[in-house]
Amino acid sequence: MMQLTSWPVLLPLVVGFIILFARFGGLHLQRSLSLLAILGLIVVSTELVKVSLTGVHQVYLLGNWIAPFGIVLVLDQLSALMVMMTSLLALGALWYAIATKIDKQGSHFHVLFQILLFGLNGAFMTGDVFNLFVFFEVLLLASYGLLLHGSGRLRTKAGLHYVVINLIGSTLFLFAVGALYGVVGTLNIADMAAKVAQAPVDDLGLIAAAGLLLLIVFGLKAAMFPLYLWLPNAYANTSAPVAALFAIMTKVGLYAIIRVHGTVFGDTAGELAHYYAPWVLGLGLMTLIMAALGVMASRGLREQVAYLVLASVATLLIGVGLNSPQALSATLYYLIHSTLIAGAMFLLADVISRGRGVHEDRFDSAPSMPNAILIGSVFMFGAIAMAGMPPLSGFFGKVLILSAALNQAWFALILGVVLISGLIMIISMARAGSLLFYRTQPSNVLPGEALNRPAFVAVIALFSVSVLLVIFANPITAYTDVIALQQFNSQTYIEAVLNTAAVTESAP
Amino acid sequence: MEALIALTIGVMTATGVYLTLRARTFPVVLGLTLLAYAVNVFLFAMGRLTIGQPAVIDAAAAGYTDPLPQALVLTAIVIAFGMTAFLIVLALKARGELGNDHVDGLHQAKDEQTQTKSNQQGAKS
Repeated sequence: MMQLTSWPVLLPLVVGFIILFARFGGLHLQRSLSLLAILGLIVVSTELVKVSLTGVHQVYLLGNWIAPFGIVLVLDQLSALMVMMTSLLALGALWYAIATKIDKQGSHFHVLFQILLFGLNGAFMTGDVFNLFVFFEVLLLASYGLLLHGSGRLRTKAGLHYVVINLIGSTLFLFAVGALYGVVGTLNIADMAAKVAQAPVDDLGLIAAAGLLLLIVFGLKAAMFPLYLWLPNAYANTSAPVAALFAIMTKVGLYAIIRVHGTVFGDTAGELAHYYAPWVLGLGLMTLIMAALGVMASRGLREQVAYLVLASVATLLIGVGLNSPQALSATLYYLIHSTLIAGAMFLLADVISRGRGVHEDRFDSAPSMPNAILIGSVFMFGAIAMAGMPPLSGFFGKVLILSAALNQAWFALILGVVLISGLIMIISMARAGSLLFYRTQPSNVLPGEALNRPAFVAVIALFSVSVLLVIFANPITAYTDVIALQQFNSQTYIEAVLNTAAVTESAP
Repeated sequence: MEALIALTIGVMTATGVYLTLRARTFPVVLGLTLLAYAVNVFLFAMGRLTIGQPAVIDAAAAGYTDPLPQALVLTAIVIAFGMTAFLIVLALKARGELGNDHVDGLHQAKDEQTQTKSNQQGAKS
């Protein structure tokens, strides 16, 4: 059972290399290998979720070096959930890419796709801060390649900005990690938490500064105010399946805040316990305001969806900033919803853009697209889910987060910002929908391409998660409650990692 | 020695930040490289400054220097090297496609026209 923990990291890496050489076997071989790998990943992650439900942390010692000295992979319920979601979203995105032949536009799409999954899963599983940096770099490098996949001047320009800002982020990450290592003398998250708990008072200021520097880095990945400016351009200008998969990339930053800050500066940290939470809450509120304004000001659907992703990240940041098990549970429920629905919205925006021919996804008057009724209904469904209106899962997620906010000191401000920005988003999406689907002009201009039905299946499948989240709301919230409690009880994580004994070779 | 190292890191970081804020891609690449140098020295210094001590176990050694930052710096150098190479290629590609080397450069005339057109139409509707 110990070996299973390393599978979600190893599988995409190995398959990525195999696909690189499968190039000589043609695109079909690459596609089938890539699909098979993701199906395998789903099986593995289901198994991991099952294992994690026992509540015992699965710790895998790389190279059999015990915890503070070697690098560990840790599987707990939170990381199992994240790995599961990554593989589900990846299946939808890959299916769409294959069905629309987007993977044909450049070489090595599938290789980069698998390496991105390798980086993502690694970042979710690792228990070591420097290893987290390495996995961040792996997933970023793969994402640079995927972002630039295909071509186009706007894409190159957005890609350049994305690469430069992330390189600066990497440098800051190293400064933060270096400073933390210089003070506490360890890189293992669990050991760091134990050392911070016993740190002398003189060092606390330095530790706090390094922790906030780390928060900036994770905030950059999560697109937190004021570091979100790279996101709308990068997401709006890349190809649809890549943008869909990137919906989980912002969540990596969020996960890192929950994992690293939640553990190191958790209840055990004494004077520094949860000192980062007000920052996350305040910046989350600012991000939400800016995102709502961005949604309103967007000139095209893809740009609008990118800002909606930003709004969902902001809502999640608020949930993390509220800093209680109840709020974290609500955040995780909303995280499942927002990741998969945002991915589906990017795919849908591409479907609409293809249907409108030269008008693409701009909000202007165009000839009616083929299958407008079907696509329009799905758009309305997605808009309701995304804007957080009943009866879909976005509504439940927001209600859960807001009810967790009620016992906060400034709950009136939080409620006001979330509800008003929600209203702005509903109005803007209604406007977008009526411009795209109602204000059509009779014309003899050729409409865009017909609906690609196999590709549309991926959109429907991802959207159907929203319905499932509502129907099974009770068991799912019970599940996220358990995850949140396990995460808040950071002492068990620390003990589990530090007390894992090395595997002794059994006699043959 | 501490003051000298601190000064070096400070000057390199300041230069790197200044160059990163420049408008053209080449100074930005140089700036990021300088930032990477600064952070490498910084990581190295975080293992405390010791002179003439071995990093690996040696029976005759009187003391040791911390080997971990050295391993970290090696990893960081390799990653920064790869990223810089990628960035240079991307900057060249951007120079070719955008027609100039501005980081936030204008696109070619064709893009600008379609963009302003869509803006006007957006304003009308």
